[in-house]
Amino acid sequence: MKILVPIKQVPDTATQVRVAADARAIESAGITWIISPYDEFAVEEALRIKEKRGQGEVVAVSLGPDRVKEALRSCLAMGADRAIHVNDPAFADADTLTTARALAAVIKQEAPQLAIFGRQAIDDDMGALPAQVAELLGWPSLYWIMEEAIAADGASIRAGRQVEGGLEVFEASLPCVLAAQKGLNEPRYPTLKGIMGAKKKEIKDLKAADLGIAPEPPQLSVARLESLPPRPPGRVIGGDVHEAVRELVRALREEAKAI
Amino acid sequence: MDFALTEQQELIRKEAAALARGFSLDYWLEKDRKAEYPWEFVKAFAAGGWLGMIVPEEYGGSGLGVTEASILLHEICAAGAGTSGASPIHFYMFPPLPLIKHGSADLKGRYLRRIATGEIVLSFGVTEPNAGSDTSRVETRAELHGDRYVIQGRKVWNTNAQEATHIVLLARTAPRDPAAPFRGLTLFFADFDRSKITVREIEKLGRAAVDSNEIFIDGLEVPAGNVVGEPGSGFYHLLDSLNPERIFTAIEAVGIGRAALDRAVQYAKERIVFDRPIGRNQAVAHPLAQAWARLEAAEAICWKAAWLYDRGRPCGAEANTAKLVAADAGFEACDVAVQTLGGYGYAREFYVERLWREVRLYKIAPISQQMVLNYLSERVLGLPRSY
Repeated sequence: MKILVPIKQVPDTATQVRVAADARAIESAGITWIISPYDEFAVEEALRIKEKRGQGEVVAVSLGPDRVKEALRSCLAMGADRAIHVNDPAFADADTLTTARALAAVIKQEAPQLAIFGRQAIDDDMGALPAQVAELLGWPSLYWIMEEAIAADGASIRAGRQVEGGLEVFEASLPCVLAAQKGLNEPRYPTLKGIMGAKKKEIKDLKAADLGIAPEPPQLSVARLESLPPRPPGRVIGGDVHEAVRELVRALREEAKAI
Repeated sequence: MDFALTEQQELIRKEAAALARGFSLDYWLEKDRKAEYPWEFVKAFAAGGWLGMIVPEEYGGSGLGVTEASILLHEICAAGAGTSGASPIHFYMFPPLPLIKHGSADLKGRYLRRIATGEIVLSFGVTEPNAGSDTSRVETRAELHGDRYVIQGRKVWNTNAQEATHIVLLARTAPRDPAAPFRGLTLFFADFDRSKITVREIEKLGRAAVDSNEIFIDGLEVPAGNVVGEPGSGFYHLLDSLNPERIFTAIEAVGIGRAALDRAVQYAKERIVFDRPIGRNQAVAHPLAQAWARLEAAEAICWKAAWLYDRGRPCGAEANTAKLVAADAGFEACDVAVQTLGGYGYAREFYVERLWREVRLYKIAPISQQMVLNYLSERVLGLPRSY
């Protein structure tokens, strides 16, 4: 079974994000880049499916500039068989729909039985791609998946997601799109052998033209990024305890309207 | 001249850091407090194949060099593991090197695979209570009886001896000749036979998680086939452990310094006294900047020494210099960190005091700063020997 895993490279969760001078992007200097953690669940699940079935191919895909190769190399170190890097300045301003079209074009070329996404990227938190790609392909999509089991004949899948107070289990025919939720698995660390083997695996570079698409101007663009206003300073209520408590209760009730 | 890591080295750095950072500072605090060996940590690295890093591929390892092992050890220490985390791992890096470089095919075949998987836990038996840094005066003796050597003697500062399955052991097989004092020493790869070796743990300032010991060897039998390299040339084979050991401990000191410095810088940004972050005071900021600069400089000589070793070039001066400057830079960074955190720096729960205690070791071991200076005076500058 061939499984395609689209991944996104995002700033490390520990990054202190600053808005860039043009207020439309974040300052990228000094950022450590990682694979979006939900996408790591997706890579891990794809590897487990392949291992369980004893055969198959896991292909990691990403769209982005040169630095994205490092994230793809990490997927290869984890165990993905090969990678595809859609690297074209024409995608520099891509919105989610443009990205979805590019990924759908890759998926049409590769014809996998399964595309596993993370449920959302942890930088912009859009969470739109799995549904948009599924829509473009006419495939079913299963969101926020916590568990999955593929039928022995590889024709269908049962997948469950957590809903309030329980698990909702779906059945869908393959091919389909899955979006991984935290809890689906515990992603492995690459082994040293995996890291050494990653160098020998292929990362194929694709341009928009290779996918037969000409990116259109984005329909969705960032108008403006704003930093959150700094928190107002706290207030210390001093003095006699009885009066301070009375003042605290009054302030909570009348000023903060918290009680 | 190229200062960039290769793509593979960069991936090793990143993934080693990710794995090491999966073990929190609280994990290490707990290990230190309970004096418990960090098996979970060692097993995680064993499972990932990291322990076989320098073992040749034909013996199940990855065949990488001292450079890559140094990258790994640096990341372990920069993650805050300290010598508690680095020591158990570096015992898979430098003690096996004489075996890899000089061992017979039979000896390598019997042991290297089991080293690469982590099944073998090694101790290293060189230093003795009555010899110290004067290795030529090792008193432990091995006598050949038929096809076996029988070994008698004492060693001290044996890391891992509580759990070791095997020991790389240096013993005299011929009397000391003042004209060639380092001849007549033989290196053994021996089973850690607890019916013949008594182990006594030494309580110490830091690294309580990883045991240091004194060992008493009484009639340990080692097959002649377990001699590493040539009988009588053990000291020269051992140099393939000693130089990498200096490079590893140097880069570890740099990593520990970085871990402490990171916490101190964070603290200096966040701690508000007199209505401003303390890091705005140059008396606080400059020592941190100075510590950073010294760590950078020390790191550079570590890479140079590793680069030389991996190319088979002489690296004694560089390996010793790396140890000298990195031990100072690492200690100073930890000391500045403790000072920056003030009273909290002295408190265990703020983590830097453990790093301070642990990094102190590197000014003493594997060779003292003073003996490094002796080496440089005599061997590099050609000054007359004072002892």
